[in-house]
Amino acid sequence: MPASEEICRLSATELIAGIEAGSFSPAESIEAWAGAMESDDLNAFLWKGVEGGAEQGSGHLSGLPVAIKDIFCTSGIPTTAGSRILEGYKPPYSATAVERLTEAGAGLLGKTNMDEFAMGSSNENSAYGGVSNPWDRTRVPGGSSGGSAAAVAGGLAPCALGTDTGGSIRQPAALCGIVGLKPTYGAISRFGMIAFASSLDQCGPLTRTVADAALLLEVMQGQDQRDSTSVGLEAPIELPSSTDLDGVRFGVPAELVGGDVGIEVGVREVFEQTLSRIEELGGEVAEVTLPHAAHGISAYYVLAPAEASSNLARYDGVRYGLRVEADDLVSMYERTRSEGFGPEVKRRIMLGTYALSSGYYDAYYAQAQKVRTRIAEDFTAAFQGVDFVVTPTSPTVAFPLGARTQDPLSMYLSDFCTVPMSLAGIPAISIPAGLAAPPEGGPELPVGFQIAAPAFGEQDLLEAAHALEMSIGFQRLDQREGEGA
Amino acid sequence: MIDREQVRHVARLARLSLSEDEEARITEQLSGILEHVEKISALDLNGVEPTTHVIELTNRFRPDVPVEAPPREVLLEAAPEGDGDSAGFEVPSPQA
Amino acid sequence: MTALEPVIGLEIHVQLATETKMFCGCRLSFGDEPNSHICPVCLGHPGVLPNVNEQAIVYALMIGEALGCEIAERSTFHRKNYFYPDLPKGYQISQYDHPIAVDGRLGDVRVHRAHLEEDAAKLSHKGASGRIHGSGASVVDFNRGGTPLVEIVSEPDIRSAAQAREWAQLLRATLASLGVSDCNMEEGSLRVDGNVSLRPAGSDELGTKTELKNMNSFRFLERGIEAEIERQRELIESGQEVEQETLHFHPDDGSLTPMRSKEYAHDYRYFPEPDLVPVVPTAEMREAARAALPELPAARKERYLTELDLPEATAASLAFQPELGGFFEDALAANSDATPRAIANWVTGDLVAALREQDLGEDPYRSKAEPREIAALAAMVEGKQVSHSAGKQILAKLAAEGGTAAGVVESEGLAQISDDSEIDAMIDAAIESEPEAADQVRSGNEKAIGRIVGAAMKNSQGRIDGGLAREKILERLG
Ligand SMILES: [Zn+2]
Repeated sequence: MPASEEICRLSATELIAGIEAGSFSPAESIEAWAGAMESDDLNAFLWKGVEGGAEQGSGHLSGLPVAIKDIFCTSGIPTTAGSRILEGYKPPYSATAVERLTEAGAGLLGKTNMDEFAMGSSNENSAYGGVSNPWDRTRVPGGSSGGSAAAVAGGLAPCALGTDTGGSIRQPAALCGIVGLKPTYGAISRFGMIAFASSLDQCGPLTRTVADAALLLEVMQGQDQRDSTSVGLEAPIELPSSTDLDGVRFGVPAELVGGDVGIEVGVREVFEQTLSRIEELGGEVAEVTLPHAAHGISAYYVLAPAEASSNLARYDGVRYGLRVEADDLVSMYERTRSEGFGPEVKRRIMLGTYALSSGYYDAYYAQAQKVRTRIAEDFTAAFQGVDFVVTPTSPTVAFPLGARTQDPLSMYLSDFCTVPMSLAGIPAISIPAGLAAPPEGGPELPVGFQIAAPAFGEQDLLEAAHALEMSIGFQRLDQREGEGA
Repeated sequence: MIDREQVRHVARLARLSLSEDEEARITEQLSGILEHVEKISALDLNGVEPTTHVIELTNRFRPDVPVEAPPREVLLEAAPEGDGDSAGFEVPSPQA
Repeated sequence: MTALEPVIGLEIHVQLATETKMFCGCRLSFGDEPNSHICPVCLGHPGVLPNVNEQAIVYALMIGEALGCEIAERSTFHRKNYFYPDLPKGYQISQYDHPIAVDGRLGDVRVHRAHLEEDAAKLSHKGASGRIHGSGASVVDFNRGGTPLVEIVSEPDIRSAAQAREWAQLLRATLASLGVSDCNMEEGSLRVDGNVSLRPAGSDELGTKTELKNMNSFRFLERGIEAEIERQRELIESGQEVEQETLHFHPDDGSLTPMRSKEYAHDYRYFPEPDLVPVVPTAEMREAARAALPELPAARKERYLTELDLPEATAASLAFQPELGGFFEDALAANSDATPRAIANWVTGDLVAALREQDLGEDPYRSKAEPREIAALAAMVEGKQVSHSAGKQILAKLAAEGGTAAGVVESEGLAQISDDSEIDAMIDAAIESEPEAADQVRSGNEKAIGRIVGAAMKNSQGRIDGGLAREKILERLG
């Protein structure tokens, strides 16, 4: 039997293989990972507990623990969405995505920290404190799935669930040097996933490898009666095996990667190296144009807050969660919501309420929906000429804690490269592509490479990402530490 | 862009009470964000269909068949005012 | 001053009689223990999503077809955002710019639109509470929350309170015949609001309108609108302005008071519901809805007029009052001897009067009288086995106590007297008891005969036929 440290060095697919081969039992795996989770000093977990997964033969994921972003409802287990307003809330039901994992035998490994209601790109908007990036504890892990990314990168969990509305899986995955996949909108049920912006929210895995992402995606994807917008994928996802990119065409959009969009020098270097690598693997790199993509952030910061302002109206102190007492109804509402929500959430509720209010709807909401149409059309046109569109996932490496908290707009701009794919509803993955020093100096930090595919093109996307991953041979933090580097 | 009075109005619609400080800060921040966001109003998008659902689906229905719910007690106990003995969700009277 | 003309439109909310709620699998209920039909979805818990009830779509399509509407090719849901404790999500899922049905007509009033939405929960005042200070607490019962509703909006084609009542009754009869709703106004499964304004007769412009709520019976609907027309007329005639507001009708004294305006001005911030996809009624769905339509009240009235030869008013009241019409149809089905017209007269005449007397509302099934017995009674009177006035007594007895018509005849001894000598004796006695009238008849004033006939009927307790009595009196005095 291998020691706990050895188990905790395995990817999810390796773990499953080890259990199938009889090298260790599901219970031993769960126990090893429970210990890892307990050692969390990143504030990556909001609830540390293990449920299920230890039973032999309960499904093909038996023995695999999955850390769950605290935005997924888990029956009887505290679920806060990183907000004070849900402090102590225990949902009476579980999210479909979580159910599918547990039905496949997987265990639940804690609930991970996040930006409040998934609003943020640094995890600093959690009501329960920020999360440290395991590569440099003075820096952010990204957000909003910061706890999930930090847990996987920091060796506290083999894989995790996140949600991505404008980049909330891909960006923290990039900043923490792991794999993050946002599937096609509708691939995985949103039922039980606490809503931020319903037309954009999508669940996805944060993993050590591309194959792990494929493994979890296959278990979770599928139409769900309870989510009218879910469709699932056309065919089951297989573990990717490609090692070359012969004849595969990659498009680089000037609008997102051009000279004037604020991409850090180090990030740009890694991106260019990755493009060269693609060519070495037999792929082609071409320029594509996404004429409206640069307006993505503007459209996104109208649509997402507008939907959020409505989605968050239910937190009113009546049926669950926090209530701050007052003599009259309106004061009870106002005090509950003002004390229960943090500044970023209030800011977005305000922004969204304004954008929907009488006299502004057409100028903001309707116009943003039209930009969305144009962006989707841009991608469709681009995919006529290329198989994938690629960009750096984040224009920057992980930035210092506190660096952007005073300037919401600069924080919003860190989603510049990820938001267009969310608006178009297409799948996109971030894989670690190398390291770069931050502009202010200091140790090198991970850089993510984003690959986007046409809707429902997940299998092809995973194949390409896998080929690139194999070639890059990125050393994860846990691998470096494992070697005592 | 957006002034204090508008911010106050929006806060009322959203049932948020903002302190003087918050009000001032949010007015400034929203103005900055709106200035950026408003670039899209310059785009000529006449005749473009707005996108509500990026993946087009229609007619998703559920059969009219009762589904078992979690135990009533669990749902009632979740209420901030839930004390088990009253089968209700209590609020300050709207007429108060 | 030119005469003022009322312009009235109605908004009707009808709860659909589905098994489960609009967007979740909770059963519908009325009068059950509070919060006994609730789940995470209809309580608006975090993470839940709405899920459209197929039967509600079917019913909405049936309503659209029955009202002669155009069915939308593509119908969508919107969110209507506002805060209130009876609204668990902070928004109501409703339809906005793409309702399921538009541009119909029922009778002489056009239908503007019909759309689907979810009902709010029920908020009731609880009085002072230990935990909540101030002037008291309210309790929310979410059983009703999420009940499927169709809102039907008429065009402002109605010109009087009476017409509003009649049209609402026709609409209710139509909906009831579809079986899509219980249509019970007292229990709130049918709620009628009115929009009222006045304008100079013949003018095309619209005056400032007010909205009337809480008129939970047809009588109150008529009275409420009447009162509002009067109120507006007085305002206008005294040179004052009508204020646009919502008024609450008080059935006890017939007064109207402005509803406390909500704390802040409303701005519902409608936007397309991202959690639901469009409804695109297929040819099959529409065909199925049409096929499911029963005989509608307007058609039923036509049949009563042409096939059953009922008088206009009787045909209308039977066709447009579903319970009355149903009772009549049942009586007709049980009958073999009486003419439909006779049965119809008993049902719409004496039976309705009996209901009123017993304070039983408008539903004949709430009286003790069985439809089959009313048919039997009609046959007995037509066959002259009992007199018409005895028939009235029998009906009153049936309505109050039930039983069979034959049984009442037996127990009350109401059978027609067939023995001629017995009749003759009673006629003689009647003439004797009314000597003055007898003299007048003898001197040619036939009108006076009524008093003698009355006496004969009274003496015989209605057991002789009025026509026969009259004949015999004339024979003697002629
Ligand atoms: Zn329910």
